[in-house]
Amino acid sequence: MEFTRKNRQLLSRIATNDRHGENSPYFDGWKAYDSSPFHPIHNPDGVIQMGLAENPLSFDLIEKWIRENPDASICTAEGLDKFKHIAIYQDYHGLREFREAVAKFMGRVGGNRVTFDPNSIVMSGGATGANETVIFCLADPGDAFLVPSPYYAGFARDLRWRTGVEIVPVHCKSSNNFRITRAALEEAYEKAQRSNINIKGVIITNPSNPLGTVLDKETLRSIVSFVTDKNIHLVSDEIYAATVFSSPRFISVAEVMQDMDCNRDLIHIVYSLSKDMGFPGFRVGIVYSFNDDVTNCARKMSSFGLVSSQTQFLLASMLSDDEFVGNFLRESSKRLAKRHHVFTKGLEEVGISTIKSNAGLFFWMDMRQLLKEQTTKAETELWRVIINKVKLNVSPGSSFQCSEPGWFRVCFANMDDKTVEVALDRIREFVLQGKEETKLEADKSQAQAQRWRKQNLRLSFSSSRLYDESLMSPHMISPHSPIPHSPLVRART
Amino acid sequence: MEIKRKNKTQLLSKIATNDRHGENSPYFDGWKAYDNNPFHPTQNPNGVIQMGLAENKLCFDLIKKWIMENPDASICTAGGVDKFKDVAIFQDYHGLKEFREAIAKFMGRVGGNKVTFDASRIVMSSGATGANETIMFCLVNPGDAFLVPSPYYPGFARDLRWRTGLEIVPVDCKSSNNFRITRAAMEDAYEKAQKWNLNVKGIIIANPSNPLGTTLDIETMRSLVAFVNEKNIHLVCDEIYAATVFDSPRFVSVAEVIQDMDCCNRDLIHIVYSLSKDMGIPGFRVGIVYSFNDDVMLCARKMSSFGLVSSQTQYLLASMLSDDGFVGNFLRESSKRLAKRHYVFTKGLEQVGISCLTSNAGLFFWMDMRLLLKEQSFEGEIELWRVILNEVKLNVSPGSSFQCSEPGWFRVCFANMDDETVEVALNRIRAFVLNRENQESNRSKRCWRKKHLRLSFSSTRLYDETIMSPCMISPHSPLVRAKT
Repeated sequence: MEFTRKNRQLLSRIATNDRHGENSPYFDGWKAYDSSPFHPIHNPDGVIQMGLAENPLSFDLIEKWIRENPDASICTAEGLDKFKHIAIYQDYHGLREFREAVAKFMGRVGGNRVTFDPNSIVMSGGATGANETVIFCLADPGDAFLVPSPYYAGFARDLRWRTGVEIVPVHCKSSNNFRITRAALEEAYEKAQRSNINIKGVIITNPSNPLGTVLDKETLRSIVSFVTDKNIHLVSDEIYAATVFSSPRFISVAEVMQDMDCNRDLIHIVYSLSKDMGFPGFRVGIVYSFNDDVTNCARKMSSFGLVSSQTQFLLASMLSDDEFVGNFLRESSKRLAKRHHVFTKGLEEVGISTIKSNAGLFFWMDMRQLLKEQTTKAETELWRVIINKVKLNVSPGSSFQCSEPGWFRVCFANMDDKTVEVALDRIREFVLQGKEETKLEADKSQAQAQRWRKQNLRLSFSSSRLYDESLMSPHMISPHSPIPHSPLVRART
Repeated sequence: MEIKRKNKTQLLSKIATNDRHGENSPYFDGWKAYDNNPFHPTQNPNGVIQMGLAENKLCFDLIKKWIMENPDASICTAGGVDKFKDVAIFQDYHGLKEFREAIAKFMGRVGGNKVTFDASRIVMSSGATGANETIMFCLVNPGDAFLVPSPYYPGFARDLRWRTGLEIVPVDCKSSNNFRITRAAMEDAYEKAQKWNLNVKGIIIANPSNPLGTTLDIETMRSLVAFVNEKNIHLVCDEIYAATVFDSPRFVSVAEVIQDMDCCNRDLIHIVYSLSKDMGIPGFRVGIVYSFNDDVMLCARKMSSFGLVSSQTQYLLASMLSDDGFVGNFLRESSKRLAKRHYVFTKGLEQVGISCLTSNAGLFFWMDMRLLLKEQSFEGEIELWRVILNEVKLNVSPGSSFQCSEPGWFRVCFANMDDETVEVALNRIRAFVLNRENQESNRSKRCWRKKHLRLSFSSTRLYDETIMSPCMISPHSPLVRAKT
């Protein structure tokens, strides 16, 4: 967005910087989807959206429950007598029944290995709000958090934008399946220290976005040890906890802590129902800290992002229904497993491998062999081909700050079965056409990209449709972004 | 391994360990009295009556009736459940188009249809709490300042300042002219801020006013607009009580005023709105940022990701507020009931010699107890407040919690209770005043007007929009007062 000089002076620095992360040359990709969204009948050659980590696979179960439980709503004949009390209720502690239901749900999602205390449940505006809130509580402007990469692109905004906190990536490698090693953490930490960057903590996503993998116990223990040794915080974003569809099981940091000598005041969990239940519209974010001061502070801050009492009431009822919850979690896992299998098997058949994963709403696809050269630039070129020729909107690894080019995140849960087939067919066809065509198209794309850059094409977001949780409606973080990639904030130069 | 437990506060941010959230305050004792002893007509008829909460409970019957008649406004009824999936998945920070359109239309109606609000400028936030903070994040850098006419909503201390690093410079308004916001007072505050090396970025007003319950007249509005234009600073109008106007003069939105002012730079004008007071639905967290500045609008929209309105709630309200018949009836009926309740109270108080600022809006009135103070000081005010709390057992809010520059004023909420409780409250006041009259009959001629009403806030549960669950701002920091 172009600011007039006068306007720039009128606004805050926060309002005029780019740390919201939405400006990026990747916008072209979204334009392609917006201009030509796939529809099986109306637009069978359109672009298929595979950049949205949404989970609509199990709504039938929810709808059934809703029909059978009219008193969960304050708008039905059965529930209307509660309307007044609920509509007036704005206590930032949240409805007791809601907190209890969420605590119980989190416990179940963690395999009932841990009991979560409803009194530590604090609301927020989705995980987006929860992550920002936690950072506001723990870090001052200029402080930094270590973030293992590849990581959720939205962290740039959620952790940094209004807080003034910096991200120091901890680069993980494909050579060991992107595991978070103690060595990598130590290296990143020390490098930051040498640059006078004050590291306040580490934030991990478990299960991982974009990898779709869960952290093993050993890694979790290692991270907990690390933060305890350094006396820094650990924030564990467990938003995908219930999307685990095959072994190994999900292990919450809460479980790991139980058997360890650690400083519990350093441990904080972020949770949400957006992925596990498929309710991103309901804005249900949770901050769960083992540090009472953080809980109290986050609760005060929750006034800036409370969950609608109407929604609290509905979910209090739904998530208290043990049988429903049990059935939902089982069925959801099954369906995710099946969908994942269909895709990964289909890709395997044409020689495309994906990182072995057991969770999430996406898989991490290895396209390194199709790159003209092993560079981010080539990755972007390949991405343009996938958007414009194959007509699949997938997310390039660079948008997740992946240190190795050639990886792509592909979402698989946000479409129906027929669209899955179409998508797979397109990929098969594309791959079988081989590297030759890729090279040809890459050259064309490069020229095209140069022209676009020359024209300084900045597309305004005209679509009023879906918010892309990975690319922040509709832009993505770009490695080519005008935001200078200060060597100070990268663990690797 | 030995667990090293360092000083906890070192672990946290400055924001987390400062007091700028405003919840710590010596006023806390007040809330305890209510919590320990909440009034109930049958179970606890001698308990403390809550008159410190600006809630609007008067018109739920109308809303409930509408909901019964419109089952497909909910995604949880048989009529609406087929929409559940689409709505539950919808997280676009532009918000549902129907929701924005309904809100824009509603705001227009509330403004007397003198202005048309553009649906594409409607930006969501988590209540007015979120809206006010968001605007400040868009407009100010840490250390900047905003002018705020006093008395003002105590929640501003947190909403405007806490995480933004903004400073508040009060613009003191006087009872001698009914607390009008004068150009002179604004200039005075602005200059003082300059002397303190504070960079004033704007002025924020609440219209209708909390705690005064008055609406700004057009002349004052124009004067404000002219002031900000001359200084090239922002004007934020918190219009959260717009539809609680129950008597003339009518509500005039800043949007209406700027229509006739060619000289106005619209990039400086921003409105904050919410349904929490007008509709009585604070739990639904419906806040709106409406800026005439495109850059602010776009920025606020990006920030709205931190506080979007639940799509379930957007969907319900889109339907409800699009129903012209319902909205028209609701606004009329709500005004009527507020007027009646306001009248009952103010007349009742008048009969025992208690006067209130003439007001025509809000869920409260601004009660003048100056003559009852032992001394014209804030200590005197607090002392009186404790008596009201502990003896009369009414929980009202002392003016100092609103940064009022004159002691002796109290805000009393009247819309959050049923009619029976109103009578009990009035009876208590009458009894207290008459009792005092007898006791003090040997004192000065005017002592019959002095009544010690000590009211306490004791609720630790319900969020008190005036004093932030459960404590209030300390008025004593010299840094943030335009007058020392």
